[in-house]
Amino acid sequence: MSPAIRAKGAGKKAFINARLIDPVAQTDGMGGLLIQDDTIAKAGAEVTKDTVPEGFEIIDLGGACLAPGLVDMRAQLREPGFEHQETIETAGKSAAIGGVTTIIALPNTDPVIDDVAGVEFIARRARKVGLAKVFVYGAVSKGIEGKEITEMGLLHQAGAVAFCDGVKTIASARLLRQALSYSTFFDGMIVQHPEEPELSKGASMNSGELATRLGLSGVSPLAEVMQIERDLRLAEMTGGRLHFAHISTGESVEVIRKAKKRGLKVTCDTAPPYFALNENSVSDYRTFAKLSPPLRSEDDRQAIVAGLADGTIDAIASDHNPQDADSKRLPFAQAAAGAVGFETLLPISLELYHNGHMSLLDVITKLTRVPADLVRIKGAGTLAEGTAADLVVFDPDRPWKIDPYQFHSKSKNSPFDGRLTQGRVLRTLIDGREVFTEGS
Amino acid sequence: MGPAADHYPHPHLLGIEGLTPGEITLILDRAQHYAEKNRSADKTSNILAGATVVNLFYENSTRTLTSFELAAKRLGADVINMTVGTSSVKKGETLIDTAMTLNAMNPDALVVRHADSGAVKLLSEKVNCAVLNAGDGRHEHPTQALLDALTIRRHKGRLHRLNVAICGDIAHSRVARSNILLLNTMGSRVRLVAPPTLIPSKIDRMGVEIFHDMEEGLKDCDIVMMLRLQLERMEGSFIPSVREYFHFHGLDRAKLANAKPDALIMHPGPMNRGVEIDSEVADDVERSVIREQVEMGVAVRMAALELLVQNHRKMGGQA
Repeated sequence: MSPAIRAKGAGKKAFINARLIDPVAQTDGMGGLLIQDDTIAKAGAEVTKDTVPEGFEIIDLGGACLAPGLVDMRAQLREPGFEHQETIETAGKSAAIGGVTTIIALPNTDPVIDDVAGVEFIARRARKVGLAKVFVYGAVSKGIEGKEITEMGLLHQAGAVAFCDGVKTIASARLLRQALSYSTFFDGMIVQHPEEPELSKGASMNSGELATRLGLSGVSPLAEVMQIERDLRLAEMTGGRLHFAHISTGESVEVIRKAKKRGLKVTCDTAPPYFALNENSVSDYRTFAKLSPPLRSEDDRQAIVAGLADGTIDAIASDHNPQDADSKRLPFAQAAAGAVGFETLLPISLELYHNGHMSLLDVITKLTRVPADLVRIKGAGTLAEGTAADLVVFDPDRPWKIDPYQFHSKSKNSPFDGRLTQGRVLRTLIDGREVFTEGS
Repeated sequence: MGPAADHYPHPHLLGIEGLTPGEITLILDRAQHYAEKNRSADKTSNILAGATVVNLFYENSTRTLTSFELAAKRLGADVINMTVGTSSVKKGETLIDTAMTLNAMNPDALVVRHADSGAVKLLSEKVNCAVLNAGDGRHEHPTQALLDALTIRRHKGRLHRLNVAICGDIAHSRVARSNILLLNTMGSRVRLVAPPTLIPSKIDRMGVEIFHDMEEGLKDCDIVMMLRLQLERMEGSFIPSVREYFHFHGLDRAKLANAKPDALIMHPGPMNRGVEIDSEVADDVERSVIREQVEMGVAVRMAALELLVQNHRKMGGQA
């Protein structure tokens, strides 16, 4: 971070009486944390009111959770090119309220992030905004056209943490093979949107009874798993690191579970809609529930929950995809797919904990340490001494009703509108600065 | 058959889904009244005098548009036809913009046809007049199902305990969906007859039997309802060729022989002769009721417009 932002650092702060959730040490217990300037000076049970050194401002969290800030490995910021939907600044504010301190942005902007200048532009803009730390995926193919690979090595050197073609499937087997193979020399990771494009052409929801009743073209859940099966072969063949984004079907979970058992270097994530909603949300042609991949059956939803619980699904990402009202207020088939996600990421993920599927520590691990490790961002997703003080303080139990019109994102397209949920962010800190404090 | 409902309780007619047997019977009884009146010298009334009906068609359709126009005129309403080509959609005016513009002119009823499923419902949420769905995508086409039902009732005297075969392009058909819903609601059994590519996923969950072999599917049927092969909506190869389609799934005398001797032949039109139906059976005056369906179309639309506009007036113009 730039020296200008460091200068705004909070000096010396001590959080005490906190439920410390440390996804690296894998501990969850009462304790405290000291911040000196922009870094964590100390964290642990030994930090209490009595042990705080002199000169630290003491903040009693009253038992609230204190964890590393969330690392969101899949989000669209829409800048440059689609600033009417979101900007790095509005996304940053939205992320701050959601407890997200690190964002990895998709490259499907206009222009596409397929060269070094694009990577540098985003980094510069994000530094200036001074909210969440923004990293980018470089495009796998030039212009996301699925034809030639980009200058992946140079993009990586400039700061692109991994590669993907945005919301498009890398359809060409040859291109994916080359990208996987080439990126091994700098330990790059390729992220796939797994959806066989021919089979899913023109489809706007999950196929099945509901699609038939509504008269909408459906995409079979098989379009996802067959893409994954093909790509696993390519990963095996090349030895490259392959990651599947937002998996949504039970079959996908099953196939990835087996691949991991075979020792393949394959990982995956999912997003809150896929473990909290099913295709019935689409009834009445509700375009806010139009997503890509589409919401699936209840059996699929339960399989995603099971996949998260047993570790097959490594990470949870928001899949933040802002769409303006005009892109959504259309007949279902014409409406844009996607949902905003920063401000609902934590509470919806906490449902996994409240419903007894996972421990709080496991949920937080999938939102912090795991994604940071996957994209090789050092110093994020941890409470280790000397790392950046990127933190979130939250009350895991506080009930509230989701109202997208209160969101700070420029777009309000949430399928969780009106949902009663539990868990609220109280404070978000980036490099020791409070970028969000509840009630202020 | 149960008794007719004493009134139509909905602000719109967006689909057959959600209608009770009594409500369907109410519309059909009223339509039967108009069917008789339409055959008399005194065809017109002023029951909707002063009402404005706008026919907003996003898909070209001479037949349905004419039928709705005539229905409204026979009831004494003022009618405006707007055929919105795809070009003005490209100019950027959205469905909702158009709806708001028309709404500002205070019509009593909007009759809407649109190529996208759900578009008519979306529009109905943004206006305060009665909305009548004249076909949305592959979702519903309620007045077609009602006119089919009226035609069947006139010949068979009932709508329950009938075996109805709906044959052909089910996948792209809103007519099929509305008819399945209506016939199931009224207590008849529906079979679908089509090649597997034209049967939508999980449609058996709507309470129908599925046949790929046409001769088997027509066995002992009371009604043979043919659908138009909608080649213009097909992306990719649903059928290998028209010739092959006709061979296996076109209605001709030989296949028809499997149905009951007094089975009715129906088709929503326009027909592709020699594709889904042989002219010989289409024009068979003993069996084919295709022209009567057109006639009943006007009567059913008169009944629907009357009920909706009267509701709208009762609610003080607030749908």
